[in-house]
Amino acid sequence: MKAQKATLTGARILWECLEREGVKHVFGYPGGAILPAYDALKHSSIHHILVRHEQGATHMADGYARATGDVGVAIATSGPGATNMVTGIATAMMDSSPIVCITGQVGSKLLGSDAFQETDITGVTLPITKHNYLVTRSEDLAPAIREAFYVAKSGRPGPVLIDITKDAQQGTCEFDWEAATPRLRGYRPDLSPAKESYERALELIHEAKRPVILAGHGILVSGAEHEVQAFAERTSIPVALTLLGLGTLQASHFLNLGMMGMHGEAWVNTTIQQADLLLAFGMRFDDRVTGNLKNYAPNAKKIHVDIDPAEINKNVKVDVALVGDLRKILHELLPRVEMRDRREWLESIHGLKGDTAVRDIQNLPDNGHLYAAHVINDLWHETREHESIIVTDVGQHQMWEAQYYKHERPRSLITSGGLGTMGFALPAAIGAKVACPSSDVWVVVGDGGFQMTMCELATIVQENLKVNIAIINNGYLGMVRQWQEFFYEKNYEATPLLSPDFTKLADAFGIRSALVRKRSDVVPTLRDSRTHDGPMLIDFQVEQEDTVYPMVAAGAALHEMIRRPNPLVETAEDE
Amino acid sequence: MLHTLVVYVENKPGVLSRVVSLFRRRAFNIDSLTVGRTEKPDVSRMTIVVDADDDQARRIVANVYKLINVLLVDDITGEPAILRDLAFIKVGATHQARSHVLELASVFRARVLDVAPESLTIEITGTEDKIDGLLEVLRPFGLLEVVRTGQVAMRRGAKPSTMTAKANGTGPVDDDTVSYSV
Repeated sequence: MKAQKATLTGARILWECLEREGVKHVFGYPGGAILPAYDALKHSSIHHILVRHEQGATHMADGYARATGDVGVAIATSGPGATNMVTGIATAMMDSSPIVCITGQVGSKLLGSDAFQETDITGVTLPITKHNYLVTRSEDLAPAIREAFYVAKSGRPGPVLIDITKDAQQGTCEFDWEAATPRLRGYRPDLSPAKESYERALELIHEAKRPVILAGHGILVSGAEHEVQAFAERTSIPVALTLLGLGTLQASHFLNLGMMGMHGEAWVNTTIQQADLLLAFGMRFDDRVTGNLKNYAPNAKKIHVDIDPAEINKNVKVDVALVGDLRKILHELLPRVEMRDRREWLESIHGLKGDTAVRDIQNLPDNGHLYAAHVINDLWHETREHESIIVTDVGQHQMWEAQYYKHERPRSLITSGGLGTMGFALPAAIGAKVACPSSDVWVVVGDGGFQMTMCELATIVQENLKVNIAIINNGYLGMVRQWQEFFYEKNYEATPLLSPDFTKLADAFGIRSALVRKRSDVVPTLRDSRTHDGPMLIDFQVEQEDTVYPMVAAGAALHEMIRRPNPLVETAEDE
Repeated sequence: MLHTLVVYVENKPGVLSRVVSLFRRRAFNIDSLTVGRTEKPDVSRMTIVVDADDDQARRIVANVYKLINVLLVDDITGEPAILRDLAFIKVGATHQARSHVLELASVFRARVLDVAPESLTIEITGTEDKIDGLLEVLRPFGLLEVVRTGQVAMRRGAKPSTMTAKANGTGPVDDDTVSYSV
């Protein structure tokens, strides 16, 4: 048992507090202003993972947080170390991911003097953190860290940054954990809705003939997966999911419609447009899921359940807002909702699916071309029996993954939704693997995004992590090319992408690799990777100008989708 | 339309910049902002006037609440309240004009703070309209320099904002200083 009070340096206090917050791993990169903290690491049981770029550290912390729901921690030095974290912090902010970023800062006497490697990182990150701290005295460190963890993970989670001056790390003070208990009188994340709101919500639910649940990331954050399923089953209301909501309800569940939005299946978006009631559970009506707001679900009443009051009526005017923790709110609603026979509504939705099946590229016979959809579909078949976490980057492959990988478990998909950060996947997968060593972790990444953070391959090797990397390589910045194809008269400006030989690159890192061009090679190679005792990289060289269908163009209504031409016709053109 | 918000914040470094940064980043237009101490040494109070419709105003209140250091937000628009702005006006007033200026100042119940051979400096407290009115009649004499504090506001009656503030329509605030950050 450690003594309650001891005189310690700020640096020692930092690690001591992290340990007491339950931190086992931190992702970081040392430098001058954070050196006192690194020097004190020898006294700590925390495992430090050396990254290759501080952006990677933040994505790893983010991946760690998304895989577990626990707070991920990244650490860096002042100036460039801190500014390199900005993209990762903004990514975590947009997707409400709880991370704590610790940065060194120049000595407090030098603040504001443009000292070497000085950046006002609390100023820089003000709009992209949930909260941040500049700590200039060692006695302020413990309260700041405790508050930071509390703020990061409570309410609507988000990133918190703690900037610690060098002298605050070096100075000593009495360390008192108990006295550092967070006392944030300006922070009360435990709102609950008024009674009348519940009554009104129940009325709308009972009146509705064509209701749809919109399931978002908030379900994961709240831990309300079972409640949402129970609610859907009891009321027979079908469930459409956002990208970050995938996995909250099993893909195979008979009420699960699949992903909505810009690249959602046609029947899902059409269902939403036809609905007379939308129940938004922990989602925020992002422009990627609503399409044009003017004619979004025009006949639907809306009930919005969210923990963040600032989300209510932000994009879509709602009829009832239930502000608070989704799980608690569903516990209130569940015993009071009445069962309804909604066979007619469910059957009419089912009727919409036939048209999509005809256009599904899955139904295309093997014509010698390798389509990303096939790779993803095979990946799903090969990994579904095992506890697998798929971490995707941003772009076409991300949408194909969302369409063709059927997620059955919560937290089995980790992806950058709100910010759409290319380069996210590889480092986030490292974080996920560190958090869940017994899960199979698969990176699904484009050739563009991979090259943004591929330096982290070295981190994988140094940490001896078994991460499987599937590069969906089409030689283009594919999603941008797709937009150029549709909206810029096929002017493929700056989207053809030259890549190194990824297999040789993997060799240079000492990572096993394979190149796949044929559909018949996909499954054996995936198996090889999964069973190989170590990381493996597979370069899937897929059809270059394939397109993600269906697509709701920016500014179009949700039901106005660009559909995949009938694939049989496409094959004829090919030959 | 203009909305007037009374905001209680923790008196800590950087809090003003957090509030201002929020307005900038969410593209809300600040008409005026004042900040000063309150009856409690650890609490500062802001009066923020924003140009927003009712829906926007509700979103602004909700977003301001999200700042960890914000204790309370009270939208007093349309409520019985006292609103005051203070201005110093340096007006060109040579020997002949001086009595006219003094006359106008007394009509507006403004006070003379400084007299110089070529100018008068006047202090006026009042609603923004009243100050605008005085500026208008003084303009022909030559406005040499004007400074205004921006609006401060307080509810009328016995109840302070701490007892009447509502967080985004979710109900009254019970204890003295609480917040609805998430």
